[in-house]
Amino acid sequence: MIAIDERGYYGEFGGAFVPEMLYANIEELRSRYLDIIQEPAFQRDFRQLLRDYAGRPTPLYLAQRLSERYGFVIFLKREDLLHTGAHKVNNTIGQILVAKRLGKTRIIAETGAGQHGVATATVCALMGMPCVVYMGEVDMARQAPNVARMRMLGAEVRPVTSGSRTLKDATNEAIRDWINHPEDTHYIIGSVVGPHPFPDMVARFQSVISEEIQEQLDAHTGRSWPDAILACVGGGSNAAGAFYHYLNDNRVKLVAVEAAGKGIHTGHSAATSALGAKGIIHGSRTLLMQTPDGQIIEPYSISAGLDYPGIGPLHAHLIRTGRAMAVPITDEEALEAAFFLARTEGIIPALETAHTFAALDRAGVEPGQTVVVNLSGRGDKDLGTYMQVIEQQGW
Amino acid sequence: MTNRLDQLFAEKKQRLLSIYFTAGYPHLHDTVSIALALAEAGADFIELGMPYSDPLADGPTIQASSEQAIANGMTMDYLFEQVHQIRQHSQIPIVWMGYLNPVMQYGEQRFLQHCADAGVDGLIIPDLPLHEYEAHFMKPAQALGLAFSFLITPQTPETRIRYIEQLCTGFIYMVSSYAVTGGQGGIQPEQIAYFERVQAMQLVRPRLIGFGISGPADFAIACRYAQGAIIGSAFIRALSNASDAARAAADFIPPFNAVRQQAAGG
Repeated sequence: MIAIDERGYYGEFGGAFVPEMLYANIEELRSRYLDIIQEPAFQRDFRQLLRDYAGRPTPLYLAQRLSERYGFVIFLKREDLLHTGAHKVNNTIGQILVAKRLGKTRIIAETGAGQHGVATATVCALMGMPCVVYMGEVDMARQAPNVARMRMLGAEVRPVTSGSRTLKDATNEAIRDWINHPEDTHYIIGSVVGPHPFPDMVARFQSVISEEIQEQLDAHTGRSWPDAILACVGGGSNAAGAFYHYLNDNRVKLVAVEAAGKGIHTGHSAATSALGAKGIIHGSRTLLMQTPDGQIIEPYSISAGLDYPGIGPLHAHLIRTGRAMAVPITDEEALEAAFFLARTEGIIPALETAHTFAALDRAGVEPGQTVVVNLSGRGDKDLGTYMQVIEQQGW
Repeated sequence: MTNRLDQLFAEKKQRLLSIYFTAGYPHLHDTVSIALALAEAGADFIELGMPYSDPLADGPTIQASSEQAIANGMTMDYLFEQVHQIRQHSQIPIVWMGYLNPVMQYGEQRFLQHCADAGVDGLIIPDLPLHEYEAHFMKPAQALGLAFSFLITPQTPETRIRYIEQLCTGFIYMVSSYAVTGGQGGIQPEQIAYFERVQAMQLVRPRLIGFGISGPADFAIACRYAQGAIIGSAFIRALSNASDAARAAADFIPPFNAVRQQAAGG
């Protein structure tokens, strides 16, 4: 049975490894989050915003041309059609409603690709709350359209210049901000990472994805479960949401697609389950990329959203127990898959999501089986990178 | 043998001055000479920071010194070697301070054994949860005579402070405010209210105030409400501007000594 225990562990992974400066905040959240999100009034507000504001349910689309190409039945869960262009808004709507019930008046967030930053800036605008988003300088350059969107939405984007100037460092700075402002501020973390209860809370908000897949798949095929679900994993929130209702259904193969960067053993990779060892990152015991002396290694991926040296504790547990299969995909393979999807189905995916499509023929799916790919985000933000490929490689 | 930190607390009940610095900074080999200069100049004890790539509770000064120290080649084993070298010349109490991940990779038991073998007296691991301490660290640390100190903050409720005191075998590290290390704003009235509240609890373990204590004036105020104070970032800033780290360390202490002697006289 895969479930989180009362201390926030999935097996040996998870927990809350925070300095005393964050203890009160984490404890407040831990002791109240389940009561808050199970209140009927909360559920009513949450569901209503997901439907009327964000555009849920998202379609489950039978991708015919893609299916013909691979020889099995491929459904795409269209989170890319959600407001702000990715699954991230499922979580930010949930968390800002929690923040309001906790009496918080200021919101902070970290962002890698900028999708979580945009989704946070969006709900802050909607609720009239001030918003500060920490983003690595490297990511601000490669995801410039999202920086502009956050600013237009009224958020302050603070450049992070420490470390590799990417998602890990943005998360460090957001945590430091929270230490400095523990009373008025809620930290809307963007993935199933961080100290308990964040991984569980974020997974619950994202679980609307698998809840819908069950109903929609049943309507399409007369069966509520697929043979496999594929999703990309940086921290792993879209994967957690797509897997959630199938975690204990062993008929369903769970496939977690990681960013191999330039190749797992090139020293330029973010394939955490392949390269990581047990340790602590951002308040959680999980798998992370580190030196033998316990210093965290700077990861690399072309995709800002997967460029993270850790992995959510749920995914560490799923992969280490064999419940989920991890597939590493390189930059090059992801780019090819993005162009293939664009020209086969007329859908331009986010670079993160493109990794998932590249894994379709590595997931051990049998001919005729049914597969769901979580199409977690759209590719507008990555057009700069795609244009370079068109110009340099003539694709 | 007797733990040097215990001995210090038994002999000296007030105006304790502790200096934190990052091992391997500004240069890899400076650790020993800085420690010996601080001991010579009259610091009561030192906290040796094991540099970490992702120091969540630290502000820009300690982050930058940690990054530099790691780039200089600082490792856990080399820090033990440096403590061993300090012990050839000085019996100043030494507290090892660092984050949990490097300790986990080293192996908890092996880490504690090497601390004891090298001559470390105490430990502070800010991101070690209390229940993990109880489960994995408490017994071996006690068997090896290593004193564990824990942080409290203005948000820590009284019942938790009492629980922390029960587990504490070193000192209570009072984080002065809502901030990561390195604040320089001076001590504010709401901080005084917190210091008074904790003082009124009449805790048995010694209390030292740290975070944002940068000069003799802050130190003097802190000593009114606790047994002493810890200076970290301000000392690292002094090191970063110095051409001779040991000299900078020697020069850093006298202004505080003056305050301590004045206070003793008054």
